[in-house]
Amino acid sequence: MSAPTPTLAESGPETRPETQRRKRRRMTAGGVVVAVLRYLALIASAVLFLLPFYLIVRNALALDTDITAPGWQLFPKQLQWENFTELFTDPSVNIAQALLNSAIIAVLQTAGMLLLCSMAGYGLARIPYRWATPIFYAILVTLMIPPAVTFIPSFIIVSQLHWVDTYQGIIVPVLFSGFTTFLFRQYFLNFPRSLEEAARVDGLGYFGAFWRVVVPNSGAFFAAIAVITFIASWNAFLWPLVIGQDSSMWTVQVALSTFLTAQTINLHELFLAAAVSILPLVLVFVFLQRYLVQGVAETGIKG
Amino acid sequence: MSAPTLIAPAADTAPPRRRGRGRAAGVTGAFWLFVGPFLVGLVIFVYIPIVWSLVLSFSRAQNTVTPGDWIGLQNYLDLLRPGPFLDSLITFTIFAAFIVPLTFALSLGLALLLNGVRIMRAFFRSVYFLPTACSYVVASLVWKLSIFNGVRFGLANTILGWFGVDNIAWLATTSPPWYWLVIVTVRLWLQIGFYMILFLAGLQRISPELYEAAAVDGAKNAWQTFRYITFPQLRATSVAVLLLLLINAYQAFDEFFNLLGNSSFARPPLVYLYYTAQGNQDFGHGTAGAVILALLIMIVTLAQGRIFGFGKAE
Repeated sequence: MSAPTPTLAESGPETRPETQRRKRRRMTAGGVVVAVLRYLALIASAVLFLLPFYLIVRNALALDTDITAPGWQLFPKQLQWENFTELFTDPSVNIAQALLNSAIIAVLQTAGMLLLCSMAGYGLARIPYRWATPIFYAILVTLMIPPAVTFIPSFIIVSQLHWVDTYQGIIVPVLFSGFTTFLFRQYFLNFPRSLEEAARVDGLGYFGAFWRVVVPNSGAFFAAIAVITFIASWNAFLWPLVIGQDSSMWTVQVALSTFLTAQTINLHELFLAAAVSILPLVLVFVFLQRYLVQGVAETGIKG
Repeated sequence: MSAPTLIAPAADTAPPRRRGRGRAAGVTGAFWLFVGPFLVGLVIFVYIPIVWSLVLSFSRAQNTVTPGDWIGLQNYLDLLRPGPFLDSLITFTIFAAFIVPLTFALSLGLALLLNGVRIMRAFFRSVYFLPTACSYVVASLVWKLSIFNGVRFGLANTILGWFGVDNIAWLATTSPPWYWLVIVTVRLWLQIGFYMILFLAGLQRISPELYEAAAVDGAKNAWQTFRYITFPQLRATSVAVLLLLLINAYQAFDEFFNLLGNSSFARPPLVYLYYTAQGNQDFGHGTAGAVILALLIMIVTLAQGRIFGFGKAE
């Protein structure tokens, strides 16, 4: 406890450095307690957030008798790695097909949406066409109506095209996202014009400038949109449920939901299937989190 | 989803340069090359379905998607009579009343906690964000079969058992309505990390000079700093988060479908419409319901824009 300096405390602005230093010192003294409390709260929250992952792993590698045993086993006495073989050879659970469907759909949807929406966004941002502004507003209007609410109208169109139970039925209608196009347009508006003009001097048209200059210099933004689209596509449920009605067209989410609601398979297989289904996204999280966080911060705020 | 009021003026493209016909034709061709494929898809998969369902909502359309059997507003009147559709709107209202403030407060709280530390910050951020990798289906599975399993071996019942509390049938009882606890916590777990990232981004945009100025001006404690600096500076983020939370709650489907199925006590609008259109093949009522929902969302979006002056701040 340092002694205060009462003689100076009452006087003018020249004492400010002194009082400020005192204040800062006091804050660091109490700051230790605050920091400890902060970390305790952070750790407690982290435990809660990780708890469901622990439950998935625990139950996925257990016998059903371990799961239903009285008392709580932190982990099964013996980890059942052979559950993997059981899951992938169970004829009533075609999880491999479901994973394949999800992978095909998520990859094609991500690629298709990046291609269509980036080009549309670039055209709207950079090409001075007479009708560009009205067309832009016509796209903006569609943002007012969330896609989940229009699943019945969309289903009607897909059924007229005889696309029910097909990959294109699940993939194509989702591609034309006004929101993603809007994000790309905003991004390209801020793209340095000088780079494109250099390309134009080199004799490239809009097409050449876009593919050779703009896209190669926009890797981080494309990656951010790609990661977000991929996750949304992999985790999508309502639309694949409506269109992929036959079990051969189930995505992994629809398959899991069917097993969950019908309770046709045993617990450990169900949890293992859940674990396998989140594995690709956990990998995306581990390796691409930078893009993901950037993408969420950008798209979320603008949404 | 976005409110159009957010949008910067559209006229910031370069002024048209018409140096002869060849140039203009080149511009037109280039524009359609870039925007054309997207527009064609937008018309087929967004505009036509919307118009089609508007038309169909005035028809009797059982087991068919062809309009023609005109019945005027009958589908709408049926839905707006006391019954399952209005019940579903009540369910949504209860759900939103829990999930919107809770997510808002908890994700803001976590963001503030995290923003105040240096060591291990990236680690904690990753941990809170990780549930975003999970689908609603997987989370529902864990909540239904493990955490809130109604039998003895469920985690919640195990813990309650240590304190001598009897098993609770979390999802199968309506008095008290414990299923709300299950429904709300599953969405909290899935979405808090996402909104925390939004708040973190907002917090990092606040200039440190503002805090220094506040300290000079005599902001005494953390609460005053939050009340007079942080929270007002987060206004744009907060408004966006509230709107997103509300719109997303409105579209709740996955966790209700997987946890409660077609149960009459808690059926949000999309679940009701799903069973109307896919289950009963009643596309007339299904499309009328979709139109009502779309209108409600548009009204909420516009009203929120009006009230908070959405977008003006940015």
